[in-house]
Parts: sequence; structure tokens; C-alpha cells
Amino acid sequence: MFSFDLLLDAIVAGILVGGFYAAVSLGITLAFGLLNVVNIAHPAFVILGSYAAFVVNSGFGLDPILAGLLFMPVFFLLGIGVYRIYYASFEKRGEESLRGLVFFFGIIFIIEVSLSLQYGVDYRSVHAAYIGDSLRLGPIDLAFRLAIPCAMALVLTLALHLFLSRTFYGRAVKAVSQDHLALRLMGADPVRIKGLAFGIAIATASLAGALLIMIGPVEPSIGREYIGRVFAIAVLGGMGSIGGTLVAALILGVLESLTSTFYGPSWAPAVSFGILLLVLAVRPSGLFGRAG
Amino acid sequence: MRGRALLAVAVALVVLAVALTRLSANQYYYFAAYVIFQYVVLATAWNILGGYTGYVNFGSAGFFALGAYTAAILIKAFQVPFPVLLLAASTVGGLLGLSLGYLTLRLRGVFFSIATLALAVVLQTLIVNWEYAGGSRGIYTMRPAEVLFFGNYVEFLFVVMLILALGALATARWIEHSWLGRGLAAIRDNEEAAECMGVPTLRLKLVAATVSGALMGIAGAPFPYYVTYMEPASTFNLDYAVNSLAMPMIGGATTWVGPLLGAVLLGTAQQIATVTISSALNLLIVGVVLVAFVILAPDGIIGLVRRRRGGRHA
Repeated sequence: MFSFDLLLDAIVAGILVGGFYAAVSLGITLAFGLLNVVNIAHPAFVILGSYAAFVVNSGFGLDPILAGLLFMPVFFLLGIGVYRIYYASFEKRGEESLRGLVFFFGIIFIIEVSLSLQYGVDYRSVHAAYIGDSLRLGPIDLAFRLAIPCAMALVLTLALHLFLSRTFYGRAVKAVSQDHLALRLMGADPVRIKGLAFGIAIATASLAGALLIMIGPVEPSIGREYIGRVFAIAVLGGMGSIGGTLVAALILGVLESLTSTFYGPSWAPAVSFGILLLVLAVRPSGLFGRAG
Repeated sequence: MRGRALLAVAVALVVLAVALTRLSANQYYYFAAYVIFQYVVLATAWNILGGYTGYVNFGSAGFFALGAYTAAILIKAFQVPFPVLLLAASTVGGLLGLSLGYLTLRLRGVFFSIATLALAVVLQTLIVNWEYAGGSRGIYTMRPAEVLFFGNYVEFLFVVMLILALGALATARWIEHSWLGRGLAAIRDNEEAAECMGVPTLRLKLVAATVSGALMGIAGAPFPYYVTYMEPASTFNLDYAVNSLAMPMIGGATTWVGPLLGAVLLGTAQQIATVTISSALNLLIVGVVLVAFVILAPDGIIGLVRRRRGGRHA
């Protein structure tokens, strides 16, 4: 049964969720696209962010978004620490492909099992006065639990874009992705720059995690569903392009929303995999990457 | 050890296993041994692509579950005899490996890995949505009431899985010592150089992906009879994905002995740990040991032993 209202609702919900997907994928775009560190554990860090927000929200009644922002420095340092280990154990020896992947896979596992040992496998959620509300704009219903994460995700995307294009360190991050050696010749330390950028990538997971648990309840293994999504978005967005990530995230969000409205929500996880395979097979450089 | 001596050991093991089923021991031991043999197959299968070629498959659970569901559906629809189940599950697994490889193995290795990560989620989605396969409620499989020669069905499955494990090891050992293994090792060491030397890299990688997928599929084939009730969440369990790569990485990924060693050590440890401590905690231990090994002992236990020996000679 087709109805225009249903279609409109699905598209609006898709755009809102897609905006949030951008927040989850920025860390992958940064780490995988620009630094060439295949951090498959990124969604697990996002779930860690969700639980951090859950703990301070349920313990002290702190607003989840504020919690997400507060934990960003902690996640930043965590990211730098993880990169140091990764660099010393794999990148320096040129063994990042096989063992580096297994290393991050092990991290997913450690985070997931630790969380389920500590907090159980039940779904957890956060509370804030505005989460249940919604704003009515003509025929469109904007639920705050989707609209606020989307807005925050757009702010995060813009901030990261400005950082990469306007600041000294941001340009250094772009430089390290283009030419390691040249950066070293200019007197900058590529390892330090990469550590900093990886720290920022993990810091975005803190906020993205807080947004995730606002949208819906979270349990430790939910991150697995996001692995396909974030890589589909990063590849479709052209690997390392912030604007491309946002557009790809919106496309995926809308496609998933249409799929779950018209075919049932249980089919939604298959959409990202379909996109990922299609892009890899047809145009591996993504929508916005250089061809070839 | 020579091939013939190993073959003698393998035959002796099967004879011993059949003899063991004559002693009416506690059924638990057959159940536990089955799981360990199953991990030998999965770890060996993973290693053909992961260890020999350097392409990491995170989707072992998907291949395994696909084999298991293929068997369960064939049993439900046609009461297919056991050998046909093995054939069908390995064919489906091999085709999945081939097609996924065809789409992604031409690109950088990480894309294959990422695709395999997402693969398990998608296959699980398909099964959850498929009413005939039981959906998320699961599917029951009746064991045949009688089985030729063996006292009961679990003992039969125990011997079958042992034979599959030995077959997987023989396949891996053959690949290692053939032109195929040398080609794969060349890809692992330096793919560009191998390509330049005229090694047909894509074709070899596809062969490895197909063989690996087929072995993972066949490991799942007896599973419906083993558990008698399957549901997607436990059949696609991350345990399979983690263990089938942790075992070769911990044992040593460049020879067929590594996955065997890793599977027997980790598999036995987990069987004991699940009984004595919680299963979540024991998976946490696997994760920590895995990370410790890739950082500190990149060539696994076999690498450690070799280093020790080398040190003594020096």
C-alpha cells in the first residue's frame, strides 16, 4: 500500500538518521581514508561512547550530549594510545595489513565482551527531558530524538571540515595522507601528526556514541551492524572526503529508511552491504574520489 | 614428517576414534571433541586464505552458518542423505568464497576483509527473513533414529568431524607443498613482485578463497544434526569468526601445523573454561590472548619455538 505521507515520513527519517550516520563515519573517513589505518574497531569505540554517556546519565543525570562532549578528551587520549601501540607493533614493521586488522578485530572483541560482562546484554538507554518530544512542521513530524543527533552530527562534520581545511594541524593531517616523506622533509613528524589525527577520529566516537544512545537503546554487540554501514559510507564518499562522507551518509540513511518502510525493518542491514559491494565492484573510488 | 607416515597417523587416529565409540564413555566427551575437530576445520580453512595468502577473512561465521543452513534446509525439504549434505554445503561455501573474492580480491586486501565483516550480518538478515528456514525462531532437525554401525548419532558425528578435520589438514598440507602454496606465499610476501614475475595472482587468490570457503561450509554441514535446534543468533555467533582466525594466529599462520596446534590448545582450553568459568569471560581471554600474540609473537607459538631453537644454535 503506497501513500505519499508514508514516503515523506520515510525520507525525512532517512535524512535525520543519515545525518547521524555521518557522525559515526567521520572517524573512519579520517582513520581509513586519510591515515590509511583500517580501524574496523571504530563502531566498537562508538558503543563505548554510548555506555560512557549511559553511565554518567544514569548516575548523575547529566545530559547525554554534554556527556558525549565531556568524554571527547578521554577518547582523544585513548585514540593516541591505541595508535602508538599500532604504530610500534605493526606500521613501523610494515605488517599493518594482516596483523593490524587482526589487532583491531581483537579490540572489537575486548570492548564488546568487557561491556557485556560489566553491564549485561540488556538494552540500555539515556533520559533527557527533550528526547520524547517532537516538532510539527506542516505534514512533517520532526522527532527530537532523531533531529537533535542529526543537528549535532552536522555541527561535528562542519567542525572537522574547518579543522582540516583551515588550521595548521588539519592541513598537516591532509599532507600526511598525501606524502609522508615530503612532510618529514618540511620538519614535521608524520607519526605525531597521525597519532593526533587518530586521537581526533576516536574522539568523534564519544559524541557519536552519545547520539546513538539518544536515538535508541544500545546493547554491546550493536556495533557490528555499523561496520558495514561506516565502511559503505566511507567508500561511497570517496575515502577521506568529509563532504563526501556526509552525502554518502545521507544517501544510505534514506535508502535504509525506504527499505525498512516498504519491505520491513529486518531488511535494513542488508542495504549497506549491497551498496558496499556495488561500489567496490563498479567504482571503488567512490562518488567523490578521483577515478581509477 | 613424511606424507606416508602422516597418512598412517591419520588412519590410526580414525581407527582409534571408532574404537573409542565402542567403550560407552560419557557422551559429553564426544560432544566436546566434536567442537574441537570443528575448530580444526575452520582454523585450517581460514589459514589457507589468511595465513598462506595474507587476506583476512572476518566472515567465517557466515560461511559456517551458510553450510549449516544449507544442510538444515536440504534435510527439511528432501531428507537428503548425509554425504550429499557435505557435498552441498561445501559447494555453497566455495561458491560464496569465489563470488565474494571475484568482487573484492582485485582491490586492496582490506576491502576483502571489510566485505567479509559485513557478509555475516547480511547472511543473518537473509535467514532471519526466511520463513522456511525458521526465521529468527530457529529450525529443528530430527536425527535419524538409527545409524549404521555406530551406537548412536553423536558418536557417528564425532567420527565424521574427525575425518573432516584430517581431510582439511591434508588439503592444507598439499597446498603448502605444491605450486599453489608457493604462488600464495609469493602473494603474501610481495604481491606486486609476484605479479611482475608472472604469478597469476588473481586466479590463485580465487582458488584459495574457494577452497577456504568450501572447507568452512563443510564444517557447518553436520551442525544441524549436532545441535538439532539452530537459530540465527547462535549459528552466526561471533565466536566462530574470532576463533577461526585466533587459532591460526596463535598457533602460527604459515604452516598447516599452526591452526591444528591453535585449535587443539584454544579449543580444549575453551571447553574446560566454559564448564568452569563463564563463557563470556573465556571469550574475553581469547580476545586478550589474540591481541597479545599479534603484538608480541607475530609468528605464533610455532614462531616462538623456532626462535628458541634458532637462539640455541646461534
